[in-house]
Amino acid sequence: MSDAATDPRLSAVKLAPRKPIRLSWSDPRLRALIWQIVILGVVVGIGWYLIQNTSRNLAARRIATGFGFLDHTAGIPIGETLIAYNPAESTYGRALVIGVLNTLKVAIVGMILATILGTMIGIGRLSKNWLMARLTAFYVETIRDLPLLLQLLFWYTVLQGLPAPRQSLRLGDFVFLSNRGLKLPLLEWGVAHTAAAGTFVLGLIITLLWARRARRIQENTGQNPPLWPVAVGLMVGLPLLVWGVMGAPWQWEKPVLRGFNFQGGGSVTPEYFALLLGLVTYTAGYIAEIVRSGIQAVPHGQWEAAGALGLRRGAILRRIVLPQALRVIVPPMTSQYLNLTKNSSLAVAIGYQDLVSIANTTLNQTGQAIEGIAVIMAVYLTISLSISLFMNWYNAHIALVER
Amino acid sequence: MGRMTGVTTWALLALALSPIGTARADGSGSVTLDATRARGQLVCGVAGTNPGFSLPDTKGVMRGIDADSCRAVTAAVLGDAEKVKFVPTTTQNRFTALQSGEIDVLSRSTTWTLGREGNLGLEFAWVNYYDGTGFLVKAAAGVKSAKELDGATVCVQPGSTTEVADADYFRLHNMKFTPILIADLSEIQGAFLSGRCDAYSTDASSLATFRYSQGPKASELTLLPEIISKEPLGVMVRKSDDKWFDIVRWTFAAMITAEEKGITSQNIDSFMDSKDPDVRRFLGLEGDLGKALGLDPKWAYNVVKQVGNLGEIWDRNITPMGVTRGINNIWTKGGLQYAPPMR
Repeated sequence: MSDAATDPRLSAVKLAPRKPIRLSWSDPRLRALIWQIVILGVVVGIGWYLIQNTSRNLAARRIATGFGFLDHTAGIPIGETLIAYNPAESTYGRALVIGVLNTLKVAIVGMILATILGTMIGIGRLSKNWLMARLTAFYVETIRDLPLLLQLLFWYTVLQGLPAPRQSLRLGDFVFLSNRGLKLPLLEWGVAHTAAAGTFVLGLIITLLWARRARRIQENTGQNPPLWPVAVGLMVGLPLLVWGVMGAPWQWEKPVLRGFNFQGGGSVTPEYFALLLGLVTYTAGYIAEIVRSGIQAVPHGQWEAAGALGLRRGAILRRIVLPQALRVIVPPMTSQYLNLTKNSSLAVAIGYQDLVSIANTTLNQTGQAIEGIAVIMAVYLTISLSISLFMNWYNAHIALVER
Repeated sequence: MGRMTGVTTWALLALALSPIGTARADGSGSVTLDATRARGQLVCGVAGTNPGFSLPDTKGVMRGIDADSCRAVTAAVLGDAEKVKFVPTTTQNRFTALQSGEIDVLSRSTTWTLGREGNLGLEFAWVNYYDGTGFLVKAAAGVKSAKELDGATVCVQPGSTTEVADADYFRLHNMKFTPILIADLSEIQGAFLSGRCDAYSTDASSLATFRYSQGPKASELTLLPEIISKEPLGVMVRKSDDKWFDIVRWTFAAMITAEEKGITSQNIDSFMDSKDPDVRRFLGLEGDLGKALGLDPKWAYNVVKQVGNLGEIWDRNITPMGVTRGINNIWTKGGLQYAPPMR
């Protein structure tokens, strides 16, 4: 808790006086500096040569270059879009944005589900229940030993085995499952729903503030103020109240079979579902091992010591073991999240139009392969760096504070 | 990303690393011809998955008109049709492979369009198949015309002209469709057969051969009558190598000329004592047509003797698929294949 500048232990330590760099080869610092400049120069030089030579080659072969094509009308069909798209008007730029959104759609949902499934399986492997431990071990070994592409094709083939739209499996008049995907009714969104959603966000913020305050009270007084009733009240009760006061609108847009397919309502396509299923089950196999090793990395003495203090099992796991396990778990988890995101580019094989699929079509229609690949690389780099930054921040947040 | 990135990455790397090609002073005037001769092998980009066009047979030999087009050029250039190496390409990496010099000729059912010739630094030497986009549906669906496909889900290969042709057609007729884009041919055909798509759209020739390959189940599939686009499938070479372009173009002209004159791989030797000056020039007995192209005087003889005339290539590869020749016949029989005079 003491300030570093006045720490008596530190003031005793004297730093070696910094000598100026001598202009001599025998000065290791000068040598290091020169080597770094030389290596940097070589790397930059190679990069510069590659770029120059490529553009000269492209010009000599009369191949179109530049990013002007992003403003051209695309004309390519896209099956699954989160934002409006019309091949007659929309540009290649917009088509690529749709590709990015489709990639994010599968990556973000995939990361969340893989974490949940992987954690459950990882804890399951540590279970004292023989069947549970063996089943989860079998899952992990099988999933990790099969190539992901094969698994994706397997799931896609399985989903194609579902009945045709006319014979679809149904749940009442609302939910239909066929080889065209899962069709769900959509809530007709109104002002009341927006207000309720807004209240939910407000409730979430207040809950977080309350949780922080509750922890401080607990640290200072040892009393444990209630958290769950407050959270439920603010995030469920309050939005429901707002929605009820505004007339409780409850209108559903139902999917209806018309012509070849269902019209209206929301849908989960087999392509998206197969990709999500494949990525989640595959990545969960790895996450399970990370979680298991993380928990096992916490010495058993921690359990025993906490038990001796009279803490209950749940409290031990939550307050003693998991905080320590997380330090082991988080860094390799980052790699798994990055893997999942990059593996989503296998979507091409099963017809989900992610970034790679749309960029491939674009570069093929425009013939501008270098620009297309550059876009793909830039987007994956951005996504991956964002994930890494977030995970590094989280890792620093939970890291052991050394005193 | 799979196969696509593999070849594309190498091709892009080649673009970045290779020096700018210039013809050697002592060479033939064609970089590609010199390179092919030095290698003793012609590298030809094909699909490798398309029955009738390029597909390995049970012995691993590439069969189809695209494959035979490669063999014909090889016979003209190297005197031996078997000195060809087939490189499988996808719809998405084919142009990069040719641009970078990884392949000498691209013979992969590629549609000749203005955009491709203008933007890619590549050009079409000849059309080896006049095709058009069509739709294949399940007979059980009861659809009789493409105009009834409003709201349908359509299986399409990404990176093909079909993608744009379908979008244009549905837009023009005020209809909507959901595309399912799958790169792999067997995967997309599987998706169609399993009912994931209502229709499978690609070049009518491919649809016909696919339907034929279903054997007794072919009658369960209906080829819709509408052909919604022009798809002249051609053989491509790099621009800026005019001599090479000439060789590929005149190889096809030679195969058409042979068919016009009734010369086949079987009877060509009986023409060696022919009095017809056209035939004597063709066989390299008179004049110097070969020299004009920088080739052996017997180049056209080699092409026809080893690979055949255009009709033989058709009969060998496409006729067994149950497709009639139609506009792909030579001009004297009402088709579009017309060779300029070889003199």
